[in-house]
Amino acid sequence: MVNHLFLPLVVPLISAALSVMLGRWRLLTRTLTLGASLFNLGYSGWLLWLVSSAGRQVTQASAWAAPFGIALVADLLGAVMLFLAALLMFCTIIYSLLSMEPEYEQFFYYPLLLLLLLGVSGAFLTGDLFNLYVWFEVLLMSSFGLVTIGGSRAQLTGGLKYVALNLIGSTMFLIGSGLIYGLAGTLNMAHIGERLITQSEPGLTTVIATLFLFAFGSKAALAPLFFWLPESYHTPPPAVSAIFSALMTKVGVYALYRVFGTVLPGELVRLAPLILVLGGTTMVLGVFGALNQTEIRRVLSFTIISEIGFVAMGLGFASAAGLAAGLLFTAHMMIVKTALFFLAGAAEQVCGTGDMRRMGGLARREPALATLWFLAMIALAGIPPMSGFFGKLALLQAGVSQGHYLISGWAVLVSLFIFLAILKIWHEVFWKKPVEDLSQRPRLAPALLIPGALLVILSLVIGIGAGPVAELSTQAGTQILDLPGYIEATCGPAGCDAVTLRSH
Amino acid sequence: MYDSIILRSVARLMLPILLMLAVFMLLRGHNLPGGGFIGGLVASCAIILQLVAFGPEAARRVLRVNYLGLAAFGVFFAALWGLPSLIGGQPYMTSLWIPEPIPGVGKIGTPVLFDLGVFFGVIGVTTQIALLLAEERRPRETHDAGTPAT
Repeated sequence: MVNHLFLPLVVPLISAALSVMLGRWRLLTRTLTLGASLFNLGYSGWLLWLVSSAGRQVTQASAWAAPFGIALVADLLGAVMLFLAALLMFCTIIYSLLSMEPEYEQFFYYPLLLLLLLGVSGAFLTGDLFNLYVWFEVLLMSSFGLVTIGGSRAQLTGGLKYVALNLIGSTMFLIGSGLIYGLAGTLNMAHIGERLITQSEPGLTTVIATLFLFAFGSKAALAPLFFWLPESYHTPPPAVSAIFSALMTKVGVYALYRVFGTVLPGELVRLAPLILVLGGTTMVLGVFGALNQTEIRRVLSFTIISEIGFVAMGLGFASAAGLAAGLLFTAHMMIVKTALFFLAGAAEQVCGTGDMRRMGGLARREPALATLWFLAMIALAGIPPMSGFFGKLALLQAGVSQGHYLISGWAVLVSLFIFLAILKIWHEVFWKKPVEDLSQRPRLAPALLIPGALLVILSLVIGIGAGPVAELSTQAGTQILDLPGYIEATCGPAGCDAVTLRSH
Repeated sequence: MYDSIILRSVARLMLPILLMLAVFMLLRGHNLPGGGFIGGLVASCAIILQLVAFGPEAARRVLRVNYLGLAAFGVFFAALWGLPSLIGGQPYMTSLWIPEPIPGVGKIGTPVLFDLGVFFGVIGVTTQIALLLAEERRPRETHDAGTPAT
């Protein structure tokens, strides 16, 4: 047992509270925000190294033993996601410092970002199902603040849909948690997993699992519950879109992987065909939506949905290889999508609009932006040497080796359409002649490209160093399905029931 | 604002009583029903009662603080008192107590200070919400409440 796992939660919380108290001094608020996110980045990088070398790390809050107290468990899945969240939040904060209009700061923009980081980090670390729900609420509240910041009509409409659907999802999650508490008598994830091995009721467990699939599926934007996403992602400022695309759906993905992979592996096998069908549907609906859009960030939002289908496919394979490939693909997608949103925000700033019909000529005018976009685009499409190629390759390998030929072929086909959708942006925004006279508009500040460039380079590094990264994800995939190991890490070698019996 | 002489007389009497009850609730809360959350609710009831009886200006005069700042301070203070246990090699929020109880107050330890943070946080949030609702004007008439809806 270690006692430092609370730090990535306490530091953003304290910094957020301090920045609300001291909001008058803007420089101080910005420094605090940047400092807290930098701390989380450093800490989670170190934690990832620790977890990959020394195995799972556990902290029992207030020193209460696991099934009674609240345990924080960091395994490879959680540590990888925690690291990516901190990294992308750090890049977003840099991008916000460079691009955000100062008026937003009086609406507590930076504290809301920190609270979002808090909620996301809590969700990735918690070992308790009900706490997962609480962290979902924390990040939902701060994201509702972020999505409506500025208060334009389009934002409020999108925000309302976002909140309404997320509340329905949360309610399903709560009902599922209540039922599982009735069935297993505990909410500690390790303990649930342990109890369900012996006292599972097949029908009821499937009902609970389906409720969870609905709840997390709506948060991950899985078909048919994805319509909140394109409504709300393109209306706020680009920095907010970027961090939403980086984190919001991925928390849903994480919850699906954690709950179905670790806690309810039996139900994963039972529901796998349904998950595969939903994944395939999500892929194709997302990409067709993307082809139909004319606004640059709307196209990107729809391609997120499509890629969520790929991640769900990895889960639907119900194997360590599938989960590992899904995790690798999720990591790639978080990095590249955030970079694309940063670059799209820069392109919108140059053209003064996000409507692709009125944009154009950026390849000649902003060659650095165009180069970065091109690299991010081929990463998204899955062309080597960028990270996307290996993510998709791993998914297809897992699918073909298990005999899922139909969905694998389907995924290849959808990939071509994703490339087409993103190529459309390339053509409309960068390649074609400018529609409007851009010579009067101010030039792009090169600093604005730094966060995007950083992420594109990271994608390239993952692509080139695919060996170690794939090894790490394979290790993570095995670890997700290793329920006995998870129980041992959380409650000790004798299991959670031994702890509760000892206390009688 | 509710123009009633009975309500106003009662509200004037109840203000000190409710505030004292709030502190009592806060301090007994570790082992008995009560605590920072309940205490905070009782204290904000005292302020909201002034709001109902005398209007928002009078309610603002009860405690001349920025309630949002108070809420943030509460969160900060509560989160802060989980940290000392880390120095002793214990997990976050492990309780630390002084060995001897103080007469009249009881035992003091980090949970009491944590509760105090919760107390401030709850007063800040609930009172801020009530005051914002009471002071709300129609968005078309005023533009100082935020960016206007377009």
